[in-house]
Amino acid sequence: MASSSGTQWWADARLHVVSGKGGTGKTTVAAALAIALAAGGKRTLLVEVEDRQGIAQLFNIPPLPYEERPIVAAPDAGEVSALAIDPEAALVEYLDMFYNLRRAGGMLRRVGAIDFATAVAPGLRDVLLTGKVKEATTRTKDGRRVYDAVVLDAPPTGRIARFLNVTKEVAQLAKVGPIKRQSDGVMALLRSSQTAIHLVTLLEEMPVQETIDAAAGLTATGLTVSSVIVNMASLPELSESKLSAISADGAPVKHLREGLRAAELDVAQAEALGDELQQYAARYGMEAQCRLDLPKVGVPIFELPRINQRMTNDTVYELAQLITDQVGYV
Amino acid sequence: MIPRAHIRPRTVPELDLDAIIDDTTTQVVVCCGAGGVGKTTTSAAIALRAADRGRHVVVLTIDPARRLAQSLGIEALDNTPREVVGVAGTGSLHAMMLDMKSTFDEIVLSHTDPKSAEQIFANPFYQSLSSSFAGTQEYMAMEKLGQLVAEGQWDLIVVDTPPSRSALDFLDAPERMSRFLDGKVLKVLLAPARTGGRMSLKIVTAGMSMFTRVLTKIIGGEVLTDISAFVGALDTMFGGFRARAQATYDLLRRPGTSFIVVATPEPDALREASYFVDRLESESMPLGGVVLNRIHPVQAREISALKARRAAERLAPDHESVADHLIVTAAALRVHADLLDRAEREQKVADRFFQAHPKVAVAEVVALIGDAHDVADLRSIAENVS
Repeated sequence: MASSSGTQWWADARLHVVSGKGGTGKTTVAAALAIALAAGGKRTLLVEVEDRQGIAQLFNIPPLPYEERPIVAAPDAGEVSALAIDPEAALVEYLDMFYNLRRAGGMLRRVGAIDFATAVAPGLRDVLLTGKVKEATTRTKDGRRVYDAVVLDAPPTGRIARFLNVTKEVAQLAKVGPIKRQSDGVMALLRSSQTAIHLVTLLEEMPVQETIDAAAGLTATGLTVSSVIVNMASLPELSESKLSAISADGAPVKHLREGLRAAELDVAQAEALGDELQQYAARYGMEAQCRLDLPKVGVPIFELPRINQRMTNDTVYELAQLITDQVGYV
Repeated sequence: MIPRAHIRPRTVPELDLDAIIDDTTTQVVVCCGAGGVGKTTTSAAIALRAADRGRHVVVLTIDPARRLAQSLGIEALDNTPREVVGVAGTGSLHAMMLDMKSTFDEIVLSHTDPKSAEQIFANPFYQSLSSSFAGTQEYMAMEKLGQLVAEGQWDLIVVDTPPSRSALDFLDAPERMSRFLDGKVLKVLLAPARTGGRMSLKIVTAGMSMFTRVLTKIIGGEVLTDISAFVGALDTMFGGFRARAQATYDLLRRPGTSFIVVATPEPDALREASYFVDRLESESMPLGGVVLNRIHPVQAREISALKARRAAERLAPDHESVADHLIVTAAALRVHADLLDRAEREQKVADRFFQAHPKVAVAEVVALIGDAHDVADLRSIAENVS
């Protein structure tokens, strides 16, 4: 359920889980969110778990190791660090932390046991990944949190409910013992108000449907979606009524000719320009249709515009600013 | 009218999909690519086009979007090929949706007696493995493909591949699965089952006993017992599993197979496509070419983005309070400038791919508005691809 203000999560959440269908730009949105949350002298950690090196590619930096390191600054002395979690390394670290078994870890790796343990029991793999995320989220140093917020670039919507519902996945495999305790701890964090789940979508049928389905799947496992973030929305270049008329009947080529003449541009381009405008109007109409479906999820909806140029660090900062503006917190 | 895309340089060969599907020696078309690039829709469109052109086709989809499934008339996830109504001409099209678990069950049943199969099905470890093993979906898709080929009733089989984290997963899946089922780790776990519960020191090295100890500590002894029982039950089937995985792999390398890599002109999608093309080449798998989906073509090519933006600014500085024709022209020019930026970005991303793979054939597909809702939509997508 959405809180009264709709953006209570901004103040409460320590862990932000960002999911979305493939191609919706969830990594970019997660990065923008990490920057937005770090603004004003805060520290945030941006985490990826799928071995895609999406963060490194977005910021055009060398591949991230399994190690937290600062990657970009945020406005007003903020800092964003990043971490790519590798399940094998997480298992070795886990063994070391709880059983003092780092050497065993190396040996296990050699005989392929870690491959076995992490690849064969998918629940175990997910518990290791989310367990590491929880550890970073709750870590303190000198009585203070190391990170004001952790943003997880999570698996896509098709797998998100299963990924986060670690207790169930593991319950099948381990009914007692440390893994069970670990997964219970993760679940408690995910179900608390310290976690906010954000679903990124485009204003297109399939991603919107997947978003609605994923939200239902998450709710069924006792997890709550905090917001839907629409990415790559077209900006309205004309009034809605004009756009719907153009979409249905085509662009007014006569008007375009007159306009092009007034602008001293090639009048012969009027028809081609008109086709482009009609395509745009049709797309805008389809997006408007999709907007009508999204409120079904029952959470606040934020919108980020389409960026037509190449993504640069500057564009990620712009998106971060747009998130901050819409959330309404300073 | 659908505008033409012009993203492929003249030096890059054009992918002729019709030639591939019209070639009666083509028996299998595998569509692969990153998630969210329109792989399933492309598979369905290719299958429909082949059927329209007279072939008897079955398309195996993995988790299609609801609308697409409805348009194909396959709403049940049940491994049953169902005839798609509306094929033109003498060909036919059947569509089916992969049921991962029952495919796995079938394999088990075909390699063991019903009583042992029951034991395996009841094992919690099998239940976990068959429904959510990272790679089971990929493996089962390939297994199903093998079965469809063996049945011999299809003239052409078009397979969609699972939305893997990495598009490469499905190539490795049979190998990974057979390595796992055949692996030394499992052999060790199996040791107690084989020796009637007594650990054989000859087999179990010190390292391995440490492994079991650690594993017991982490996941608990009960799980190990389950795994051990499961592996014991599967033991007789190992040879069969390996042979099947190998047969599927060989099938994919035959000349009658054609891989179609689907991508969009986005960095992520083309990076995946690039890995995939490299991988197919290194494994000597027959690559048909790349379908470059969702291209945004520019039509008013004579007006530059800079000129368009400047003119829009002049015509309607505050976006209103001027004559209608100026407002609409300014809007059209802004839309045009954005489109040019987008097309330029797409071209840059695509050029990197073309440079890395100058010999790979490419088909260009213009971005459509909305998804396929029926067979007619699929047909127009197919026309667009070909």
